[in-house]
Amino acid sequence: MIGNDRVEVRKTHKLFIGGAFPRSESGRTYEVVNTRGEFLANIAKASKKDARDAVISARTGFNSWSKATAYNRGQVLYRIAEVMEGRKDQFINDIQDAEGISNKKAAAQTDQAIDRVVWYAGWADKYSQVLGNTNPVAGPFVNFSIPEPTGVVAAVAPQDSSLLGLISVIAPILVSGNSVIVIASTNSPIPAITLSECLATSDVVAGNINILTGDPAEIMPSLASHLDVNALDLTGVTDPELQASLEVEAAGSVKRVRKAPINPNWQATPSLSRIRAFTEIKTVWHPVGV
Amino acid sequence: MSSLDNRPAESHKGLLAFLAGLPGVDQVGAEARAAALGTRSIKKESKIWAIDLAISMVDLTTLEGADTPGKVKAMSAKALHPDPTDPGTPSVAAVCVYGDLVYAAREVVGDRIHVAAVATAFPSGRASLSVKLADTKDAVAAGADEIDMVIDRGAFLSGNYGKVFDEIVAVKQACGPAHLKVILETGELKTLDNVRKASWLAIKAGADFIKTSTGKVTPAATLPVTLVMLEAVRDYYQETNIRIGVKAAGGIKTSKDAIKYLVLINETVGDAWLTPDLFRFGASTLLNDLLLQRQKMITGHYSGPDYVTID
Repeated sequence: MIGNDRVEVRKTHKLFIGGAFPRSESGRTYEVVNTRGEFLANIAKASKKDARDAVISARTGFNSWSKATAYNRGQVLYRIAEVMEGRKDQFINDIQDAEGISNKKAAAQTDQAIDRVVWYAGWADKYSQVLGNTNPVAGPFVNFSIPEPTGVVAAVAPQDSSLLGLISVIAPILVSGNSVIVIASTNSPIPAITLSECLATSDVVAGNINILTGDPAEIMPSLASHLDVNALDLTGVTDPELQASLEVEAAGSVKRVRKAPINPNWQATPSLSRIRAFTEIKTVWHPVGV
Repeated sequence: MSSLDNRPAESHKGLLAFLAGLPGVDQVGAEARAAALGTRSIKKESKIWAIDLAISMVDLTTLEGADTPGKVKAMSAKALHPDPTDPGTPSVAAVCVYGDLVYAAREVVGDRIHVAAVATAFPSGRASLSVKLADTKDAVAAGADEIDMVIDRGAFLSGNYGKVFDEIVAVKQACGPAHLKVILETGELKTLDNVRKASWLAIKAGADFIKTSTGKVTPAATLPVTLVMLEAVRDYYQETNIRIGVKAAGGIKTSKDAIKYLVLINETVGDAWLTPDLFRFGASTLLNDLLLQRQKMITGHYSGPDYVTID
């Protein structure tokens, strides 16, 4: 803006709940700095009540997203990749600021993140053939097993990989028809906020993806004990004590829990394990004439 | 009774003069007042008390063409024990059904809670007086001890206040011992001035309760409308020492909304009205939200819709 008399247009970084961009209900913010310790932005600090609102939105989102056809879910995921492609420069800048890496590395991470969305989009109408099966049984039945989405998933995105890690967590949750409430990396949340702006224009069902920024230690316990949340993805939980206490809370309503991986390599091509983690296998015994 | 329809307007001179003399409602002021009261912060201990009070004020309602005796019975069972996981949960005030299903509700609830029936060609009110009276008597005979009648909005809006008045008087007579709630259908009255007029008209004609809406017209109950109705009730009480009840029905879906109404009552007519005898919520989905919030207060963790019944 130097040498220009325009008034600077400054951005308020907000949450993404139910397809809208609210400030935190609590009105709180926290400062985010880059790796050199320089101020980057004030970020909304989500409270338990924001998380509660997100669950209500996620449940509404789940009810329509889980009924969408597999083909349609693949298209919507692909659409996210399309919109991200158009925002590439912004992602690269965000990642560079957040992670203190070179432009080249940030560009590579952005490309990988977009490719990761496309990779999962492709699985939308294929994973059930791989995870499901017809089972040989000793009786006059056709017996088959198919994966179904678990429901509302509360996830903590990886702390270090601000975009690729985030995408690697939410895409496999979404692909099978779940909805997600994800807490972005606490210290590098800006790429997640940019992603939320892509999601808002990508035909994603409102409420299906909710992005909160703040402290997982504050927000996650209420989500872990929330009876309307069906599963937890603790990928970005770095404190083993917090992870243990969240597992205990989750046990109260028998939630699925995916624990934090040890030394995850986000660059590597993923397996189907993250898709499998948030599906329920339904087995049907269908009588046939003898 | 048909002579009532044609009673000359002269006999209503006093009423018409009174209604014409009512001061207009300051709409902006009413909305601002209602909005200001809606922001009041309620602390935890008060909230749990308020939620229990709100549950005890609910008229659990099903008014669908697809209602069956089975559905009404299931709903009546829920009305008695809203949360089977916690016997400490209060019963609701009443169940509210169509007249022909009163028997089914009565079978389940006995005389433990009230059974309200909508009558007088609900929800439109478009029928002759004799049909409306037959509808009312029918419901009372089937065991309803509260009748929710609709006023003839067509007559009201065309200025035929006398006709509206006479109908309420006649229906009140037909109710016998049953309580009469008069539905103003404020969404069709359009202005708060009309709401004030209709409130006074219903009260003077003998209503035990005045009720905002049928729930079939949008907007249904709103805070400003309820405020105006409560003001009429307050002014009538100051004049006569008689307490008229108010029922807010339709569109109140969350505990937060319900608590706003409780604040509004307390600040407008006082805590004497904070009882199911004088204030009711007409609702179907509100009860589940109240139960979810109640569970949250007691267990400390958020509950989900899987933990309450669907209807």
